Amino acid sequence: MTGMQILFLITSAVVLFSSIMSVTAKRMIHSALWFVLALLGVAVVFAMLEASFFAVVQVLVYVGAIAILIIFATMLTRRALEDKGDQFNRATLVTLVIVSIIFAGLVVSLKSWAPLQNLTSPLSAEQLNVGVLGLALTAPDGFTLPFEVTSILLLAALIGAIYVAYERKEKKK
Amino acid sequence: MIPLYWYLLLAALIFCIGLFGVITRRNSVGILISIELMLNAANINLLAFWRYLYAETGDLRGQVFVIIIFVVAAAEAAVGLAMIISAYRQKQTVVANEIDTMKG
Repeated sequence: MTGMQILFLITSAVVLFSSIMSVTAKRMIHSALWFVLALLGVAVVFAMLEASFFAVVQVLVYVGAIAILIIFATMLTRRALEDKGDQFNRATLVTLVIVSIIFAGLVVSLKSWAPLQNLTSPLSAEQLNVGVLGLALTAPDGFTLPFEVTSILLLAALIGAIYVAYERKEKKK
Repeated sequence: MIPLYWYLLLAALIFCIGLFGVITRRNSVGILISIELMLNAANINLLAFWRYLYAETGDLRGQVFVIIIFVVAAAEAAVGLAMIISAYRQKQTVVANEIDTMKG
């Protein structure tokens, strides 16, 4: 057991526990806060994969934006389903079985795959350079088109979100 | 060092927890949280594959894919929560079963 392995095990225990709590918590606001902890754990996993840029983006985008959006939506829809009432529908047991089967299928199908035992050597400073990724996203022979398409998707989605959530005045008379 | 399959196992577990939440939760905000968990599992997988199979060759496709998933997750959360708030205004509920205006 090296230090990295122990760190990985602790991190994954935290991530798994907090994601289970965020799926099963009775109050939505607790669920959202457990979700934030799970996201921070995933950011640590990204950092262990030597993708430090994505660890930072994970904290900025998920914890900073998406989690806050979810907490706001929870507070705006408070009175619904608070404490009372079942949090799960009738399919809970069936779903548990289905999910276990899917997990077993994933494990079995991965078992015979050769690169599973792959280990890595530490990356060089040049390979860790984030500037390479930035250049690839803007270079004409790189990933400019997917990058621009995603930007337009995000813009359209945000305009759509504002339109959908906008409270129309004429309905109030 | 950590073998690749540890990461894959962690991602598979998170994905299954998220899938369980998506199917069984009654609160639509809870369903959105579970979807975000599943997207996170996919991101762990993509970055692990990039790191273990492609990082040494300087191939960046895995990282670009992760960026796109980040953007899609943000767009999905924004649209989804706007729809939940809009539905809550009209029906005073966030329970997925009770939002059935479009049910035939």
